[in-house]
Amino acid sequence: MSSSRDETRYVGHAVKRPDSPDKLTGKALYIHDIERPGMLHGAIRHSDHAHARIKRIDTSRAEALPGVAAVITAYDTPELRIGFLRDNFALKRDRVRQYRDEVAAVAATEPEIAREAASLIEVEYDFLPAVFSPEEALAEGAPLVHEQDARGKPVTSNLLPLTFSHHTGHLEAAVVASTHVDEGEYSVPLIQQSCLGTAGCIAELDARGDLTVIAKTQIPFLAQRDFTRALEAMGLPGRRVRVIVPALGGAFGTGLDTHAYEYISILLAWRTGRPVKILFDREQEFANLSPRQSATTLIRQGCDAEGRLTFRELEVIQDNGAYASWGATFPSVMLLPVTSLYRVPVVHFDAKIVYTNNTYCQAMRGYGNPEVTWPIESSIDRLAEMAGIDALELRRINCNQPGEVTPMGLKVTTCGLPECLEETGEKLAWSEKRGQGRRSARGVGLASLVHVGGGGKIYRSDGSGIFIKLDDYSTVNVSYGGVEMGQGLHTALTSMVADALGVKAESVVINQTDTATCPWDVGTHASRGAFMAGNAAVLACEGLRAKLFEWAERIYAEEIERSLRKARKKSPEFEPGDFDPSSVKRDDFELRDGSLFPRTAPDEKWWKIELGRFLRGVHFRDEGAGTVFAQDAFYEPPTDLPDWSKGQGNMSANYTYGTQGVEVEVDRDTGEVKILKLVFALDVGRALSLDTLKGQLYGGIAQGIGYSLYEEVKSAQGRILNPGFRDYKLPTAGELDFPIELAIVETHDPSGPFGAKGVGEPGLVPTAPAIANAIHDAVGVRIRHLPITPEKVLAALKAKAERER
Amino acid sequence: MDIRVSFELNGAAVTTSVGPRERLIDVLRRTLGLTGTKEGCGEGECGACTVLVAGRAVNSCLFPAPEVDGQEVRTVEGLAEGGELSPIQRAFLEQGGVQCGFCSPGMVMSAVALLEENAEPTDAEIRAALLGNLCRCTGYVQIIDSIRAAASAAGEGGSR
Repeated sequence: MSSSRDETRYVGHAVKRPDSPDKLTGKALYIHDIERPGMLHGAIRHSDHAHARIKRIDTSRAEALPGVAAVITAYDTPELRIGFLRDNFALKRDRVRQYRDEVAAVAATEPEIAREAASLIEVEYDFLPAVFSPEEALAEGAPLVHEQDARGKPVTSNLLPLTFSHHTGHLEAAVVASTHVDEGEYSVPLIQQSCLGTAGCIAELDARGDLTVIAKTQIPFLAQRDFTRALEAMGLPGRRVRVIVPALGGAFGTGLDTHAYEYISILLAWRTGRPVKILFDREQEFANLSPRQSATTLIRQGCDAEGRLTFRELEVIQDNGAYASWGATFPSVMLLPVTSLYRVPVVHFDAKIVYTNNTYCQAMRGYGNPEVTWPIESSIDRLAEMAGIDALELRRINCNQPGEVTPMGLKVTTCGLPECLEETGEKLAWSEKRGQGRRSARGVGLASLVHVGGGGKIYRSDGSGIFIKLDDYSTVNVSYGGVEMGQGLHTALTSMVADALGVKAESVVINQTDTATCPWDVGTHASRGAFMAGNAAVLACEGLRAKLFEWAERIYAEEIERSLRKARKKSPEFEPGDFDPSSVKRDDFELRDGSLFPRTAPDEKWWKIELGRFLRGVHFRDEGAGTVFAQDAFYEPPTDLPDWSKGQGNMSANYTYGTQGVEVEVDRDTGEVKILKLVFALDVGRALSLDTLKGQLYGGIAQGIGYSLYEEVKSAQGRILNPGFRDYKLPTAGELDFPIELAIVETHDPSGPFGAKGVGEPGLVPTAPAIANAIHDAVGVRIRHLPITPEKVLAALKAKAERER
Repeated sequence: MDIRVSFELNGAAVTTSVGPRERLIDVLRRTLGLTGTKEGCGEGECGACTVLVAGRAVNSCLFPAPEVDGQEVRTVEGLAEGGELSPIQRAFLEQGGVQCGFCSPGMVMSAVALLEENAEPTDAEIRAALLGNLCRCTGYVQIIDSIRAAASAAGEGGSR
């Protein structure tokens, strides 16, 4: 099977990104760069209050502005419900539940006119009491964010109707039996995904009424479904929807749901009969695009005298904001590290997801994983300290192993965690540096992670289709429904197709993602892109090779004779040597570097046929029907859709383990934390494409550093206070000035294409606890609430000094 | 009240009219159709809109369009020649300095400005030159690798 061929020309090497030349010359087209003839620009009027009843909307001044083509509100358009709980609306009627709620929208000839018109809309409100934290929202008699559910049934609390829990083993017995028990409260803030390319879309209806949306999405096919439902709700059943994905200026989870602005574009396009673009600027992106959800966790964890983990208990509470999107379901992924990071026999997990009048949240890279790896790995260090066992050693004692089935039912196929711990320890000079730093205020710390590496089954299908077509000039056109958003999917896929098929990487072209031409894919999330695309590609390439060799058996001799005749004509003394091309069987053919030849033939160029020539020979047949070469394949990983209420089910075909270590220096006077060095060892299964793999790891780490030290979306009474890069601090090249050492551990997972596991998300998962553990090693204080700002470190140092006085 | 400006854009003379308060980025992207220059924040924080005016890297989202009159302006579209990537662009390609690519035009232009002023920058000097360019994808490692590689290739007798 080609996937297991040890010899690869591209996989494991550094194939250059196919999209780089366009991106480097300014030719790549992002949503910002795309215009359609007659296109209008949309602008949205958002709520002025966090919770209020809409009394009156007056759009007359907006309508009167020259250049305005349409003004819409919920009162003059069909109701479009959005979100997986259907608790949100494209345009809000009667009531707003958060500052960013969409109250009206405008389409105009220029973006400036649209914006001005939106600001001219007058809205009168009656204020309603609001809740801005889970505590307030769960207090007795708290105002309800939603008074009824999507079916109109009255609700009695602000808890979302979602259950994620896991209970294995007898908790209190395990607590009693533990020699050491640690507990604490930890939290992570709201952060902004901060894609450099802001969100936007263009919606357009053709004369048949079919809709095309150019969307900044990671889920083109689920978006197609959502938009089709929207057309049905608009009284347009049977209309077709096509979703086209332009170059994406980053996504990081922001494209996992469909958004109100997309539906508003559709409504405006329908109302005006013209294409309508809505594009956020940076301030709007911060104010109106759902950030990563915050979480507060209570953890209790224990071990025996030898350092073996005895139990782990986590209770998570999430401030969901006003509507349900894919921030609400973070606990589905929290279950992974909670049940399966290190071996723990007794595990208890519960999560509360709470509606508030804050901005509603959505997905971001890591999806719930860093939120709980933060308390788990901080607490592991505390247990090690209590037990008097080296923190790396304690992790080694509790390491996961291949063949293990974890309390969640995760089947650990391969597990490079022991190697990752060892590599991290070595590269960090752990045994020299750990516990040495208090005087110099330098310290080392580490933390590990487990994440899905073989897809993540959260829908009924976790599948991916692929369609590969060979053309007359050896071009291998690949149509895949997953999304290149910068991560390097197209690079990895190019390498895998080239190796699995036996062609040059230069002949492989990945088509633009478009629901009209690509087969169904569930979406590019859960680190699944390259894993899924690769497995689907390997299947399709096997089919293509079989068909090619079947045809080679029929026409190889004829094609070769023709070229031998030509060669003889050119030079009469040409002597091809002793080989009979007429009796080669299909199993004896090989395709390598785009050239087809019998494995049994001498290694001479005249026994080889260039693929394009062969393909032309196949369909320009003198007698009988020719054929074309195209092959589809659908890969569905061998996984289970978990029962979330029980926290049971093997949701991925393999699991990616890794360890990060950092050395820090803490300034005792300012509380500032300087990172001196960072090490990341990751079990990648197999490296598919070195440059892009490194890019995923470095980039993840950078986001992990931001999450740990700098980033926080601040809000007061539901209003975002720092909607821009001036007040929201992303790491620059100045902060990231320390050496990062990577250790790529390869365990060759049998489920992976060429042995590879998913690697997109892990980089940011263990960074915060690794840093916090290093800070503790350096100066003896433990920070439990991200981001680890100098203020918090300084306060902790002062508190410690007071305690010790 | 439009103002007529004449300037050199990527080596060619351009004359156009601009509003008194128009931003250079809008003249480039909207009037002249050069969409390679990206707008990432509109307030001079992210550097995606970096272009060179008289050889200096500037944020075109803050730069007043009337002030380009008589200047030499270079954008990412002006780097490749005859379909060949410039050595800096090539280094970004080879060193994996590109991911989503939205910051890339600005990064590349900042790199051009740096290397024209300082042919052999240290890593610290490269970092300093990139302080005004945000990237959310790469962690800057391979971007710095790219600029270092471009500098050392030029030092070995190549040219930019």
